[in-house]
Amino acid sequence: MSFDKELSAAIGKAATVLPADVVRALEATRDREAGPARVQMEAILDNVRIARERAVPICQDTGTITFFVKLGVGFPHLGNLWRALSEATRAATQAVPLRPNTVHPFTGKNPGDNIGRYIPAITWEATEEDGAEIHILPKGGGSENCSVLKMLTPGAGLKGVKEAVTEHVVSCGGLPCPPTVIGIGIGGGADLSLKLGKLALLRPLGQRHPEPEVAALEAELEELINASGVGPMGLGGKTTVLAVHAEYAHRHPASLPLGIVVQCWAHRRAVVRIRPDGRMEVA
Amino acid sequence: MERVLTTPISEKDARALKAGDVIYVSGTMFTARDEAHKMMLERGNPLPVEGLALFHCGPVAQKKGDGWEILAAGPTTSARMELFEADFLRRFKSRVIVGKGGMGEKTLGALNDVGAVYTHFTGGAGALAAQAVKRVKEVHWLEELGIPEAIWVMEVAKFGPLVVAMDSHGKSLYKDLSLVVEENMKGIRDRIRK
Repeated sequence: MSFDKELSAAIGKAATVLPADVVRALEATRDREAGPARVQMEAILDNVRIARERAVPICQDTGTITFFVKLGVGFPHLGNLWRALSEATRAATQAVPLRPNTVHPFTGKNPGDNIGRYIPAITWEATEEDGAEIHILPKGGGSENCSVLKMLTPGAGLKGVKEAVTEHVVSCGGLPCPPTVIGIGIGGGADLSLKLGKLALLRPLGQRHPEPEVAALEAELEELINASGVGPMGLGGKTTVLAVHAEYAHRHPASLPLGIVVQCWAHRRAVVRIRPDGRMEVA
Repeated sequence: MERVLTTPISEKDARALKAGDVIYVSGTMFTARDEAHKMMLERGNPLPVEGLALFHCGPVAQKKGDGWEILAAGPTTSARMELFEADFLRRFKSRVIVGKGGMGEKTLGALNDVGAVYTHFTGGAGALAAQAVKRVKEVHWLEELGIPEAIWVMEVAKFGPLVVAMDSHGKSLYKDLSLVVEENMKGIRDRIRK
């Protein structure tokens, strides 16, 4: 049983077709903007349409291929899946094609197939199920360069979180290609808070965190950041973020880690589900 | 004001542009990122670029027969080229820079000296950009620099929309907006702290 072909096709889909929830958010943004901001939003939506129709990448930065795998403890095809993640990345690089984006940090060499040490980046999480769910997130460099970790003082509390997120996102201006999607992770530890921020990006836009306190923080942060006026592409306007998504973990009494992960408007995602019998579906 | 400029673009035409104008470019455009800027300053230009449009871009390109096809070609972050751009403009006299995110004071000064503009193309709009690329005319230093960093010389038709974000009269939309944002942030900080 091989999953290479379907996974490769799903990577291709992520690179060329923007999810419907993101398109809806971009259209709503276009409708409330005017002037240079509206010119930017119209160009974005034209671009999304052309990419879909011609099956070409939405953005020339096709990103670092990143997988989040929710793996059922009863899933019987782990070996095949494990091999398929790299093989599918290599195949999609040729087929779509994707830009070769893996550079050796010491020699500067680029193998040309989007494979490298620890890349594609894979996060495994065990679940009680029997199937596997693979979230594909091709993450561009411009927005990833704006992601940061803040180790806040616990006494700063949620006010400190609000201040740090707002100040940081506004200070990025047009660099991460706004309107952006912000994933924040609160608590855990340095690495976990950033990981939670990235996981928060997997939630569809328009869907709030199920806990009311977290959902309220998300809404308040969106309002605060959008009041800044940075706007689409940092040229001024009402919409700097499409959404803020938050996740949290319990924290050490002495620590309040805050991971801020910034994602560009081209919030590309795909999900592949594999049942125990090997049947697959791509969403 | 919206209009199409055709290369070679004259100093006079570039100086007539004002921050906030929306323009399109037709003719010849070449890409140069960090490495290509550095190499051109060290070795000289592999093609005459006076009056052409300079694009901060690393495209997705695919070999097609004897030539190349550009599949996606949005702008990269221009701030990285601030290190080279003033010297580059004074020496090679490109009239229209296409990028995203804006550039700094040194480049703004050089735009004024040389008679050129910095324009903003929508970040991430790689497919829209590629649609305006009619063909690849030449590619330079591909072996040495690889696809993203090589110099791609492209024939383009009505490439845009490009927002003139920094003009040759010292005006920068980014600079103006940063003052507005700083003012807005005062109220936002008060709201958070209350």
